[in-house]
Amino acid sequence: MSLKSTVPFKGTKEQEQQLKAIIEAEKNNKGCLIPIMQKAQNIYGYLPIEVQKIIAEGLSISLQEVYGVSTFYSFFSLYPKGEYQISVCLGTACYVKGSGDVFEKLQQVLGIKDGECTADGKFSISACRCIGACGLAPVMTINGDVYGRLTPNEVEGILAKY
Amino acid sequence: MTCSNDKMVAGASLNETEFFKKQTRVALRNCGVIDPCNINEYIARDGYAALGKVLTEMSSEDVIQTLLDSGLRGRGGAGFPTGLKWKFAAANADDQKYVCCNADEGDPGAFMDRSVLEGDPHVVLEAMAIAGYAIGATQGYIYVRAEYPVAVERLQLAIKQAREYGLLGKNIFESGFDFDIDLRLGAGAFVCGEETALMTSIEGKRGEPHPRPPFPAKSGLFKKPTILNNVETWANIPQIILNGADWFAGMGTEKSKGTKVFALGGKIKNTGLVEIPMGTPLREVVEEIGGGIPGGKKFKAAQTGGPSGGCIPAQHFDVAIDYDNLIAIGSMMGSGGLIVMDEDNCMVDIAKFFLEFTVDESCGKCTPCRVGTRRLLEMLDKITKGQGTMQDLEEMKELCLYIKANSLCGLGQTAPNPVLSTLNYFYDEYVAHVKDKRCPAGVCKDLLSFTIDKDKCIGCGLCARNCPVNCISQTDYVAPGHKLASYVIDSSKCIKCGACMANCKVGAISKK
Repeated sequence: MSLKSTVPFKGTKEQEQQLKAIIEAEKNNKGCLIPIMQKAQNIYGYLPIEVQKIIAEGLSISLQEVYGVSTFYSFFSLYPKGEYQISVCLGTACYVKGSGDVFEKLQQVLGIKDGECTADGKFSISACRCIGACGLAPVMTINGDVYGRLTPNEVEGILAKY
Repeated sequence: MTCSNDKMVAGASLNETEFFKKQTRVALRNCGVIDPCNINEYIARDGYAALGKVLTEMSSEDVIQTLLDSGLRGRGGAGFPTGLKWKFAAANADDQKYVCCNADEGDPGAFMDRSVLEGDPHVVLEAMAIAGYAIGATQGYIYVRAEYPVAVERLQLAIKQAREYGLLGKNIFESGFDFDIDLRLGAGAFVCGEETALMTSIEGKRGEPHPRPPFPAKSGLFKKPTILNNVETWANIPQIILNGADWFAGMGTEKSKGTKVFALGGKIKNTGLVEIPMGTPLREVVEEIGGGIPGGKKFKAAQTGGPSGGCIPAQHFDVAIDYDNLIAIGSMMGSGGLIVMDEDNCMVDIAKFFLEFTVDESCGKCTPCRVGTRRLLEMLDKITKGQGTMQDLEEMKELCLYIKANSLCGLGQTAPNPVLSTLNYFYDEYVAHVKDKRCPAGVCKDLLSFTIDKDKCIGCGLCARNCPVNCISQTDYVAPGHKLASYVIDSSKCIKCGACMANCKVGAISKK
């Protein structure tokens, strides 16, 4: 079972204040919407509709405009991610060296699909397009730790470290 | 400076290795040589000398003329003459102009921009300031992928140091010239590598492209005259100013001057960045610098240009790499990804891989790209499942040409290239999928079947124990000379994962 949209919003007052301070500081800069959303995602870990409403109100723009941007860019997530975020590179260099098999094995072991999160909130997985570590192909990252020259057989051992 | 001297000595011996011997490092000259977090090391390697020369000795026309004479063309892929771009922007008078750096290196399999940003961030800042002077801009933006956190960090540090040294900001070199740079982080949309989409994204909107004209040189970022160059293009510019246009034009071929960095990856012994003079034969890059293909496998194709490019087959292995030659054989330079494929890679699968990418990354604004690439992917999917017809192949070709001719931006206009080039060079592989329902490279799972050679099988049962769907069972047959009965695969239950074959110690299992 995935967590996708079943998690209620649990934002705190402190988080909201932090976000409002950022909006206040940036709102007169040209093209500030995306930088604000990036910072908001750093605060909350994702961008639920409640957070997008705060941004829209703070910038006096429509929620539709914020939502349009948040759904356009893959970096923005409308759903919470796992404690450990796994990205498997499916860029060309990794793909020709078998990252597709690594990705499949991960989905099998964790029982979730691309973009989903395990029921205990521990792991989420996503495919990404090239992190520029093509010399180490195939590559995956777990919260910024890079694992290179992978084979599907190593997947379980690596997950066990977390 | 002793520290950097040590590193330079180490660099000299590195240059004698096979991998480095044939390379000419211009854009990458400082990468791995200097400490990118220390502006003094950059300055010790003539850093900011070009900016000083430009501001104190040259007019903006001189700068543009030097670039025109050098023959430098955009390294982001399209190969537009850089000097010409600057000339257009300089000619459009306005109260505010912008200089942008495209560091949204989205092509999977290309990482030269990341290396320059991480290894030599100041070269980009210096070159952008030079451009600001040449076209009359005071503000620059670097649009860098959020997927490159180290690059972002080093750029932030470099900007801070340059400001402290007075190399960015007001009255640089006491020339009265002001220039500053800000970072903008990308948010994971491939289409934002397209120039108009990139600028829309810097404006804080959905990164959708818009039709040209007007070109950015006239109406770009915030509707002001703007130039946008790629990281590698910027990395060449200070050297051109210092060494002169003739020095740069002395390298390369007639229409492609200088060097090009390639990210060598895939089925090759030495992976990594290689910088070679334009016109170097592909064979030399793969066999001599790259050390050839591991495991004694045969070269099948080299893929260049990422999702916009094509596959170069063995018959063109001797092509001299430059912008025009690559286009002539149905690929393109692109930003410099060079992925080598061997006989175990299925070309239909590769075409499908790239189409999945473009379908995913199409922004959806124009119909030919949004719908066309999806239809194309469906056809490819059918073929890899053994359900394709010869008519599909014909229709695919027609659809490709339609998408190319009618899409709004470069993403759609080039999206069919991987299909067209594989159809052109590997038509027999497509036919094998369609007519014989067979994948010659043994990649397309729906067309594979695994079988156990009953006379080679020693009956150890490893395959059965590793089968995730329990579709392998023991028979009554004991092969002559063996003690245990052999195993057999029930192909109706088999999910073609290949675990049995990977675990068989005697090589009794084959796929075809």
